[in-house]
Amino acid sequence: MTGGSKTKTIDNDGAAAVLVDSVEHAAATPEHPQPYRELGLKDDEYARIREILGRRPTDAELAMYSVMWSEHCSYKSSKVHLRYFGETTTDEMKAKMLAGIGENAGVVDIGDGWAVTFKVESHNHPSYVEPYQGAATGVGGIVRDILAMGARPVAVMDPLRFGPADAPDTRRVLPGVVAGIGGYGNCLGLPNIGGEVVFDASYAGNPLVNALCVGSMRVEDLHLAHASGTGNKVILFGARTGLDGIGGVSVLASDTFSGDESGTGRKKLPSVQVGDPFTEKVLIECCLELFRSGLVVGIQDLGGAGLSCATSELASAGDGGMRVELDRVPLRAEGMTPAEILSSESQERMCAVVRPEDVDAFLRVCAKWDVTATVIGEVTDTGRLEITWHGETVVDVPPRTVAHEGPVYERPVERPASQDALVADTPDRLARPSAPAELRETLLRMIASPNLCSRRWVTDQYDRYVRGNTVLAQPADSGMVRIDEETGRGVAVSTDCNGRYVRLDPYTGTQLALAEAYRNVAVTGATPLAVTNCLNFGSPEDPGVMWQFEQAVRGLADGCRELGIPVTGGNVSFYNQTGDTAILPTPVVGVLGVIDDVRRRIPTGFGAEAGETLLLLGETRDEFGGSEWAHVVHGHLGGLPPRVDLARERLLAEVLVAGSRDGMVSAAHDLSEGGLAQALVEAALVGQTGCRVVLPEGADPFVWLFSESAGRALVAVPRTEELRFTDMCTARGLPWTRIGVVDPESRALEIQDVATFELDELRDTWEGTLPALFD
Amino acid sequence: MTRIGVITFPGTLDDVDAARAVRHAGRDGAAEAVPLWHADADLRGVDAVIVPGGFSYGDYLRAGAIARFAPVMGEVVRAARQGMPVLGICNGFQILCESGLLPGALLRNAGLHFVCRDQWLRVENNETAWTSRYERGAEILVPLKNMEGRYVADAATLDELEGEGRVVFRYVVDEPEPGQAPKRHLGADSPNGALRHIAGITDPTGRIVGLMPHPEHAIDALTGPSDDGLGMFLSVLDALVAA
Repeated sequence: MTGGSKTKTIDNDGAAAVLVDSVEHAAATPEHPQPYRELGLKDDEYARIREILGRRPTDAELAMYSVMWSEHCSYKSSKVHLRYFGETTTDEMKAKMLAGIGENAGVVDIGDGWAVTFKVESHNHPSYVEPYQGAATGVGGIVRDILAMGARPVAVMDPLRFGPADAPDTRRVLPGVVAGIGGYGNCLGLPNIGGEVVFDASYAGNPLVNALCVGSMRVEDLHLAHASGTGNKVILFGARTGLDGIGGVSVLASDTFSGDESGTGRKKLPSVQVGDPFTEKVLIECCLELFRSGLVVGIQDLGGAGLSCATSELASAGDGGMRVELDRVPLRAEGMTPAEILSSESQERMCAVVRPEDVDAFLRVCAKWDVTATVIGEVTDTGRLEITWHGETVVDVPPRTVAHEGPVYERPVERPASQDALVADTPDRLARPSAPAELRETLLRMIASPNLCSRRWVTDQYDRYVRGNTVLAQPADSGMVRIDEETGRGVAVSTDCNGRYVRLDPYTGTQLALAEAYRNVAVTGATPLAVTNCLNFGSPEDPGVMWQFEQAVRGLADGCRELGIPVTGGNVSFYNQTGDTAILPTPVVGVLGVIDDVRRRIPTGFGAEAGETLLLLGETRDEFGGSEWAHVVHGHLGGLPPRVDLARERLLAEVLVAGSRDGMVSAAHDLSEGGLAQALVEAALVGQTGCRVVLPEGADPFVWLFSESAGRALVAVPRTEELRFTDMCTARGLPWTRIGVVDPESRALEIQDVATFELDELRDTWEGTLPALFD
Repeated sequence: MTRIGVITFPGTLDDVDAARAVRHAGRDGAAEAVPLWHADADLRGVDAVIVPGGFSYGDYLRAGAIARFAPVMGEVVRAARQGMPVLGICNGFQILCESGLLPGALLRNAGLHFVCRDQWLRVENNETAWTSRYERGAEILVPLKNMEGRYVADAATLDELEGEGRVVFRYVVDEPEPGQAPKRHLGADSPNGALRHIAGITDPTGRIVGLMPHPEHAIDALTGPSDDGLGMFLSVLDALVAA
């Protein structure tokens, strides 16, 4: 025995003796120095923990508070701003929300007794350190969030951002991330139905790997993470708990083991977790059977902060108390300390609250699926979270102080002085192509550029077919899955964000991200219903970054109110920067829409009907601030982003949904990065059908082809429906322009007075870029 | 009513799709999909068995290597040897090869990536229990999606398969043969490096068929690239009714 008189040495399965810092011991040794700074806690935060507990925390308690009060778990820098979402959500917007912010994921009612839940989360930093496992476990984590709502996960998609496509490190990061997403998601049996791949120098040292999952359930099957019912049992099930994913807590461990170098070698496992998609697949099926059998009172996934998070959140959401015997947790490493067990981020674990009489049935279902399940504790009415280790109490805390009452910061917010110069540097001075040959060359250069070229190299590594309900997937504007096979009811989901727009004007730029995701859902014929987000920003300690963040939140919340669709949940990722240089502010916005019958979805490609007229809906203005053209051709970022008009977006969506419902639209494609030229090329290539385009008289072909004005869509309408459709647009006040016809006999995109492109040439140019870089 | 069993191993993914394909083929009540559980040595009186795609037991060792030892597979092998029609799709094909019901093996794709794409196949043999609804030489479009899809066997085995007409499907590229439109040709290489462009084979009786592409994902143009895959499920119903 080397510790003080109150410590106890326990022989843990024959492993090295572990000194346990019990509550009793902590109370008796108030002066014992603790490495709270190394764990990321500030002096005042540590003092507050001591004040809450009336003594110093034990090692285990310190581990819990430090992870739960981290930026990632506590939202301490963003909380004051995120409140704005709640303040701007009207009762009308809440009408279809069954669960919202604060739950594992938001849930919306899509009709016919079906509910859908969806959420995006970031896994940025792990994916830079270890691209394959970082991205893989990002998928695993978001899928468990959805599962914890009682839903069957039905689709995933991944918004990704990388450094320059030709940078050496991108060759390391991108293939690993893509393989990780595919390796995990494909093995899990979830179709990957879309996402984004964007390249920009600002992401070179800090790629963004966001993961979205959609789940469906019957409305009555919604499960919330509540630990109600004193005497109910707490069951940990899924994978065993190991030393993976233990970040800062290894500081505690090495402190405990001070001087014992031989004991610390095992601590140096990578702090990025390792995923096992097979275990997760089995866990999904096991959970769904448990739900169906009515054996679950409350459930919580184990993600960031592991058991610390699951136990404190379950306890504080229920009757307020829980007792856990930590030595019952099945381990896969020897000699783990209580702090390590509480902080481990081992994947593929869930925690359920079960009535005592259902425990045997619960364990039987787990045994059927070969899932390890262990009763580790029970719900109490003490208002305390008590955790014991071989009979010694190592944690005794009010659970809300861990899970919900962490520190809240009002970080300084200041618009950067450099913003004015950025906005003043408009793209007007940039040389524009005008001669037909220049325009031709510009179009080819644009469609081959990394941000506009085909994503097939990436998406061909993802299974989009599994489960047999995928109606639309990349390169469609939105992914769409059928939810109900009888009625054909389904959902469409899109995520979007142009970080350059947000950099130029965070408020407008974020509304443009919302507008694009909303439009992408509407062009498939679905009605937008709900919003989620993943707000990726630099350091919150930089007032300029906090200004971007505040503006983005306000822009998104105000935009949602104007569109009448609620934000149901979200995620914040700060500290995305390299040295002092932050990434482009990247508030990824996801919009989910509902379609009552997926058979009337609008496809992207031309040629679905024999004779089609091409119409451009909306207005085209000379808007090149933050555009792909300025970026690709001139390497320029300056001026203001395109104007946003959400009333117009709403009108456009209504027209598209009406067009789909009445069979008036045979193809539709959103206009965004790359403008009309990009939309024409993609619609022609996807449909393998040519067209003839005639721009309006007097139009500047450069502006018409490449401007990125918002609120526009390219549609093909059957000639028989043309008059009815244009009359509807006129009656509703939506500007439209007839810009040509689809030609089923043609294998070319012909833009009159500009150029003609053979589809084969366009395809080779559009599809050649990523294979050339990454094969 | 014809009963077609669909096996679920831990890690099986396309069992719901295979069952749906059976239901579509037997829309008029002619067929029922019967779930079979890996741990039960019981085929529940089915008339045919589908071993569907996925990653059985995670496939961390070698695709299909563990699944072949599942209790249900002993029954499948026994029934197959007595003439019960068996179809192995993707992981199911790998499992049938591991079980010795079909020759050869499936290795990692030549490009080392998981490949998911709409793939044209040529039907080389329409005399099996699973392909009688197709014309010989027909070209069908079905999804291909796998990590380990490169069919290999020794030269003698390949020659035997060719000689006995036991190559059922071959990969063809989406371009007409010069001067032969609309016939598609084999192209320089198969999408995963499979020897002799082999996508699917049969045993000598024509009752056991394995293929890497996924006909069960091509039963409805709404959710697949075509409905070309439905023919396989209609074929086996014909074969069972005729028997």
